[in-house]
Amino acid sequence: MKAIDERPVQAQPAPAKRLKKHHAEDLVGRSYTSICVALLIVIIISIVYFVASKGLATFIRDGVSLGDFLFGTTWDPEGNQGEPVFGVLPFIFGSFATSLLAALIASPLSICASLFMTEIVPGWGKKLLQPVIELLAGIPSVVYGFIGLTVVVPFLRDVFPGQGIGIAAGALVLSVMILPTITSVAVDALSSLPRGLKESSFALGATRWQTISRVILPTVLPSILTGIVLGMARAFGEALAVQMVIGNAPHIPRSLFESASTLTSVITLDMGNTVMGTVHSNALWSMALALMFMTFIFVVIVRLLERRHRI
Amino acid sequence: MKLKKPLLMICTLALVVMLAACGSKGTEGDSNASGTTTDNKAAELSGSILAVGSTALQPLVEQAAQKFMAESQYSKIQVQVQGGGSGTGLTQVSGGQADIGNSDVFAEEKLKDEAKDLVDHQVAVVAMAAVTNPDVGVDNLTKQQLVDIFTGKVTNWKELGGKDEAIVIVNRPSSSGTRKTFEKYALGTKTEDLKGSIQEDSSGTVKKIISESPGAIGYLALSYLDDKVKAVKYEGVEATVENVTSGKYPVWAYEHMYTKGEPKAHVKAFLDYIASDAVQNGDVVELGYIPVSKMEVKRDADGNISK
Repeated sequence: MKAIDERPVQAQPAPAKRLKKHHAEDLVGRSYTSICVALLIVIIISIVYFVASKGLATFIRDGVSLGDFLFGTTWDPEGNQGEPVFGVLPFIFGSFATSLLAALIASPLSICASLFMTEIVPGWGKKLLQPVIELLAGIPSVVYGFIGLTVVVPFLRDVFPGQGIGIAAGALVLSVMILPTITSVAVDALSSLPRGLKESSFALGATRWQTISRVILPTVLPSILTGIVLGMARAFGEALAVQMVIGNAPHIPRSLFESASTLTSVITLDMGNTVMGTVHSNALWSMALALMFMTFIFVVIVRLLERRHRI
Repeated sequence: MKLKKPLLMICTLALVVMLAACGSKGTEGDSNASGTTTDNKAAELSGSILAVGSTALQPLVEQAAQKFMAESQYSKIQVQVQGGGSGTGLTQVSGGQADIGNSDVFAEEKLKDEAKDLVDHQVAVVAMAAVTNPDVGVDNLTKQQLVDIFTGKVTNWKELGGKDEAIVIVNRPSSSGTRKTFEKYALGTKTEDLKGSIQEDSSGTVKKIISESPGAIGYLALSYLDDKVKAVKYEGVEATVENVTSGKYPVWAYEHMYTKGEPKAHVKAFLDYIASDAVQNGDVVELGYIPVSKMEVKRDADGNISK
């Protein structure tokens, strides 16, 4: 009897005290999150400031013209042919070509894999495929690069004219690397689809393929596009694996199997060899700034797609 | 659940045992090292040394640092070795962030005014050879032939007396110290990046691509040579240690360890250690570099050779 009497007293302290305790907890939690968020904002701002201040120095202090930088096709930062020339168009071209091609290869595979997991065999299909695809995301990029160099490049060299090194090899390696990104976004979109949509389509007498191609895919298209853009952003920023298989010649290639370079591959190749503060080093930072700018654009695209999806 | 828990426990136990084993091994090593401590007058040297820069020199500095720290009289000195490239090394040492800046090239070639403050410590010599895929059928190239290849005048091995096969150039990025050395001492001229040429910065990747691509040519440090690739004679002179030290073979460069001003006592101890006969005739040779002391010729920053 006594125990029963005591229990409510112990479990429920006086309302005022409880409120106070909750307030205190609330305050601690809130201040902890605020500090973390503030730190995050500071970090982001300082990164943007750092890259921008270094990157803009090329144009402000060293007097390289922005037009020559963005649209010049000659990259000769050491001035081997006279004056140093900084034209990064070949790298911008290389970055876009590889990431677009990679998205083109990876998207159909990812969409099929996600349909398989959610619509066709949701049971064992998902259990089997999901961990495998997640595994792909966990493999370090240097391993992808090495596989690309030992498997993809010799294969392309045997099958196509040229050295096997080039945009095609880079795109193939990247397509495998961005598969998990696109797939997981697509799976999330497909599995959050309202059940009624599919059921009413079946009720109207549509077959499974009709339902998938006419109802499900058009409905989740914006989300899938979001996944593809995210995948492309990842492909755009990938450096190590691409650098190993693309060849890194600073020219716009004539074919997919000729040495080309991307913004990231040139930055990683040259950054360690250049002295901070020199024009060459600053030009590399300007390329980093261009990369960051591209990422901003990708984020904006994703935001726009999400907004369209909501309506 | 019933089955999972014991499994988890067994796993944890196994992990603990493994970790413990690792730990005991580590402490054993430590106690060995400190066991031989015979504190003498040099033991007062203490501090930490940060050496940053050239990846070509990194293996030597790392191995020397390990042995240096294991020496009883230097046990209070901590040496940390990082890569990052010659440019990074020179930037950081002249900026004061690093104690030692490792570089493949003379500081004067990369820095302008800052180079005056730096003190050069040449610790080794690295020689390079032009290297081809074994199938090209050429085993000697003259300076002019190399220039023709690397400037794109000659595009087929046939024109050089080899097989009918397109030449594939595997180059280094234009900022690379290895490329500077090769251009300066083998070609005598700067080259531009040709269309279709391949550029890689890591010697391992360069070697892999040359050994696999038909018709490929590049250049590698002597320590990377083996029978997967073919080292070509330069003007009839084979790239051997003897030919380099006697001055017959010109494609070589010093590996520099720069300090800002004269080094502090503990940094000097480390640099002296690397310059000691034990390291010069031991680790330096073992890792494929050439000891500076063996060189019969000297070279200054402008490339002038003197006996």
